[in-house]
Amino acid sequence: MRKVLIIGATSAIAEATARVFAVRGEELYLIARNPARLESIQKDLEIRGAHKVTTARLDINHLTRHEEVLDTAWSAMHEVDVVLIAHGTLPDQKACEASADLTLKEFTTNATSTIALLTLLANRLEAQGKGTLAVITSVAGDRGRGSNYIYGAAKAALTAFTSGLRQRLYCSGITVITIKPGFVDTPMTSEFKKGFLWAAPEQVAKGIVKAIDRGQSVVYLPWFWRLIMFVIRHIPETLFMRIKI
Amino acid sequence: MTAAGTSWGRFPRAEQKVLVVHNRDQPIPRVDGYLLPYGNGRSYGDCCLNDSGTLLHTRRLDRFISFNPVRGELCCEAGVLLSEILELCVPRGWFLPVSPGTQYVTLGGAIANDVHGKNHHVAGTFGCHVLHFELLRSDGRRLLCSPQENSDWFAASIGGLGLTGLITWAKIQLKPIANPWLKTETHRFSNLDEFFSLSEASNRDYEYTVAWVDCVAKGKSVGRGLFMRGNHAPAGADVPNGYGQRQWAMPVSPPVSLITPLTLKAFNWLYYHRQRQRVERALTHYVPYFYPLDGIRNWNRIYGPRGFLQYQCVIPSATAQAGIAEIMQRVAASGKGSFLAVLKQFGDRSSPGLMSFPRPGTTLALDFPNAGESTFRLLNELDEVVANAGGAVYPAKDARMSGKHYKQYFPDWLKFKDFVDPKFSSSLWRRVME
Repeated sequence: MRKVLIIGATSAIAEATARVFAVRGEELYLIARNPARLESIQKDLEIRGAHKVTTARLDINHLTRHEEVLDTAWSAMHEVDVVLIAHGTLPDQKACEASADLTLKEFTTNATSTIALLTLLANRLEAQGKGTLAVITSVAGDRGRGSNYIYGAAKAALTAFTSGLRQRLYCSGITVITIKPGFVDTPMTSEFKKGFLWAAPEQVAKGIVKAIDRGQSVVYLPWFWRLIMFVIRHIPETLFMRIKI
Repeated sequence: MTAAGTSWGRFPRAEQKVLVVHNRDQPIPRVDGYLLPYGNGRSYGDCCLNDSGTLLHTRRLDRFISFNPVRGELCCEAGVLLSEILELCVPRGWFLPVSPGTQYVTLGGAIANDVHGKNHHVAGTFGCHVLHFELLRSDGRRLLCSPQENSDWFAASIGGLGLTGLITWAKIQLKPIANPWLKTETHRFSNLDEFFSLSEASNRDYEYTVAWVDCVAKGKSVGRGLFMRGNHAPAGADVPNGYGQRQWAMPVSPPVSLITPLTLKAFNWLYYHRQRQRVERALTHYVPYFYPLDGIRNWNRIYGPRGFLQYQCVIPSATAQAGIAEIMQRVAASGKGSFLAVLKQFGDRSSPGLMSFPRPGTTLALDFPNAGESTFRLLNELDEVVANAGGAVYPAKDARMSGKHYKQYFPDWLKFKDFVDPKFSSSLWRRVME
C-alpha cells in the first residue's frame, strides 16, 4: 500500500487519478478548496476500495497556511510515497489582457503559489529520502500562443521549475515527473467545442498512474501530443507569430 | 455548445445544446427552451433527444455515495454506469437486481426508462428495486422520493423518461450471488408453440429466460429459434477464475446498411443451425451472458448512415400467442426480417412506475434498417396489431409511434402530464403529445 497526497483533489483529472489509486487499495490524503466536494469524493473513494481517505482544506493562494497543512498531512501519514499536484484554473485570456491585476492573480494561482508549495514539498521528500513528485503542467507551457499565453506562461514556469527540481533531487532518489496533458474534457474546459484531439480525464489519469509507476520524467498525455508539440516548438518564430492558434 | 446528436439507433438526428452536470449539489442551469436529462445515450429512438433544446449531460455525476455490503444497498449518483456498479459489486458478492441488454446505461437512465431483463418473470422491472432517489426540479426543489415519501413523484419518475426532473442520485437494492458465473441451457425450438411451452415450463425453476427467434423463416418454421435459460451458479460450484471475451468493434459506419435481405437470411440460418444438439449446457460468465452485444463496440454502425429502428412491443397474456404469430408473419412477409429478434414472457410483478412499459404478457423486440417509407409503413401496421391486442410499444426504443397509439398504450398519460417539469421536454414527448 502506498500513501498518496493529492493537491487540487477536486479537479476532474485528480479525481479520476485518485480512483485508480483507490481501486488498488492505496491510502489517500486529499487537499482542495471546497469541503463539500471533498467530502463527496472522499466517500466515493472509500467505497471504491481506498485503504483510508483523509481530507484537508486549503486555498493554494493562502501561502502562509502551506506549511501548517503539510505538517498535518505528514503527521497523519508519517511518510508520503506519491505527491500529485493537480490544481489550476484556466484564465480568461481576453479579460487578463485588459487587467494586469487579473493577469498576476491568475499567474499566482497557476505558477507562484504552486512554486511556493513545491519548494516545501521538495524539501520534505528530500528529507524522507524517497518519494515521487508528479506535477500537472500543460502542453500550453511548451510555447506561448496569442490565444492563451497567461496560462501558457504559468505552465511554462512550472515546467522549467520541475525540470530543475528533477536534476536537484536526482541524487536523493526522488522522482520528479512533469505531466503535460493536451486538451482534456473537464469542467475547466466546458466552454470549448470538443474535437478528436480531446481526451477524457480517465484516459489522462491512467497515463499519470503509469508514469508514476514507471518513474518517467516528462510525459505527454495522450502520447501523440509529444509529436504535435515537437512540430509546434520547431515552427520558426517569424512564421509562428503570423499564425493564429 | 450546439451539437448534432443521435441516439443509439442513429435515427432521428437532433440539433441540441449540451450542458454538463458536474456535481449533484448544482442547481438546474437556467436556459431558454427545454431541458432533458441525458445519460449515456443508449436509448434507441428520440426519448433521449431534445431537438432545438438543451441536454443535461449526467455522465459526470458518477460518484458512489454509500454501500452497505451486508444488506446490499448501494447509493450512487445517477450518471454511474451499470457496468461500474457491477465492477464494484460483483467481487463483493452482489449483483444487479435487473439487467438490461447492455451494461452501458446510467443508473438514472435505467430508472427513467424502467428497464427490464431476462428475469422479469420473477423480479419485475428495475424500478421494483429502487429504494429511493432525489428528484431535482427546475424550480430548485429537491424531492426525496420513495414508495413512502413523495410516492406520487416516485411513481411518475420511474419510467418517466426524464421528464419529471433530474434524478441526481438513487439508492437500489442489489441481489446476492456466490460467483460471477451462470449455469445456462440453450434449447432449440422449431416453432412458436414450442417456445410458449418451453417458456412456461422454465419460468418457475429458471431465474433468467429469453429466446432468440428466426424471423426470416416462413411457413411451418415461423417462430423457430433458440431458448436460453439459466441460473446463477451456486456457492461451491467449480467455476473458472476468469474469462476471456474478445472485444470486436465496428470502426466506421459503412456507406450503406450491411443488413440486407440476403445477409439476414444467411445470419438467421447460421444462428439457428450453429447448435448441433437440441439442448446445450454451459457455464457462462455474466458479461457475455447478459451483454453479448457489448462485445461488439459500436455495433449500431452496421446499419449505415440512415440508422435503424427498434420495435419492441408487449402483447397481453390472453392474446399473446396469436398476436406474436401475426406480427412475425407480417414481418416475414414484408421481407424486412430482423437481425436480432428477441422473445420473452413477462411476469405478473407490477412496477411502481406509472408509465412503465412491461406488463403481463409476451414481449418481442425487432430491429429494422431504416429503409424510409416502407419501414415506417410496416411498423405502423404492427402498431395496429399491438393496439388491437391491448398491448404497448416501448418508448425507450421508439422513434416514430403516433400520439394516438402512445395514448392508447399508456392510458395514464393524462395523470402523468401533471408531473412533467414545465422546463423539461424531449423530442419523443413533443411528438406524442402533438
